[in-house]
Amino acid sequence: MLLEPPPTVASVPTVPAETPLRELDPASRTWLADLRAGGARRDSAVVRLHALLLKAARFEIARRRPAYPHLRGNDLDDLAQQSADDALVAVLARLDEFRGLSRFTTWAYKFALYEAGAKVRKRAWQGREIPLDDPAWERFATAGSPQAGAERSELLAALGEALDALTQHQRRVFTALALNEVPIDVLAERLETTRGALYKTLHDARARLRGELADRGFDIEGSSE
Amino acid sequence: MSDDVKRLLGRADHDIGCDACFDELDRYVELELGGGNADAAVPGMRAHLESCAVCRDEHDSLVALASAD
Repeated sequence: MLLEPPPTVASVPTVPAETPLRELDPASRTWLADLRAGGARRDSAVVRLHALLLKAARFEIARRRPAYPHLRGNDLDDLAQQSADDALVAVLARLDEFRGLSRFTTWAYKFALYEAGAKVRKRAWQGREIPLDDPAWERFATAGSPQAGAERSELLAALGEALDALTQHQRRVFTALALNEVPIDVLAERLETTRGALYKTLHDARARLRGELADRGFDIEGSSE
Repeated sequence: MSDDVKRLLGRADHDIGCDACFDELDRYVELELGGGNADAAVPGMRAHLESCAVCRDEHDSLVALASAD
């Protein structure tokens, strides 16, 4: 994979100076003032911000790594660097959206976590087929007492039948995300849509399935509408 | 109903979705860490975190990072 060059200080977006600095905690106020300053003061702040984002990206990738043992260490550090670069651009582009409702560093971290998590999941699923049409029912194999097992089998059989009440798109999204545990950002990329749009489809599909199961007499405790 | 099947079916509670979750995540986490009533401040966040694995991962990581600062 070709790596994008890291953003240089000169190439990052300029920052509008609209957030009222006096409402922020002192450390956050300093971050904003430095990032909105000119010259060497801003350059230094951008370098510090990149280091902060790189720390968060490496942290996130280390947390996700056990789930993806086939990924190599060098690949992962490249992903951390790319994540920090992309997060830096995002943070600077959206700096005026920072409302001071958290510390600046907490606000900035989430951009790095978002980028790093998405990149490591996409890398892990690279070249793999997305299971859209074949539910992995075996993941829900019966356990426990014979009676509990029979009830569970009956519920899962009813759930399988209830999938027919969904639209094709809902059924495929539910199958991939809920039954086969495909990460939502991986599926969003494959289907050329957004994470938010896919989640809405999943939410609607779940509501329909809960209704179908309730109509069939199942007690959907804590999940019925 | 077992937890894994409940998780399959999600919750009927108000769910803010992935986009609003990202927008509110830093505030929510700091309210949690500070002992505030995060769930009252951001209605629909808890239901979303219980229903969306990727957002839940981001939440858990942000809690860990922010609490170490």
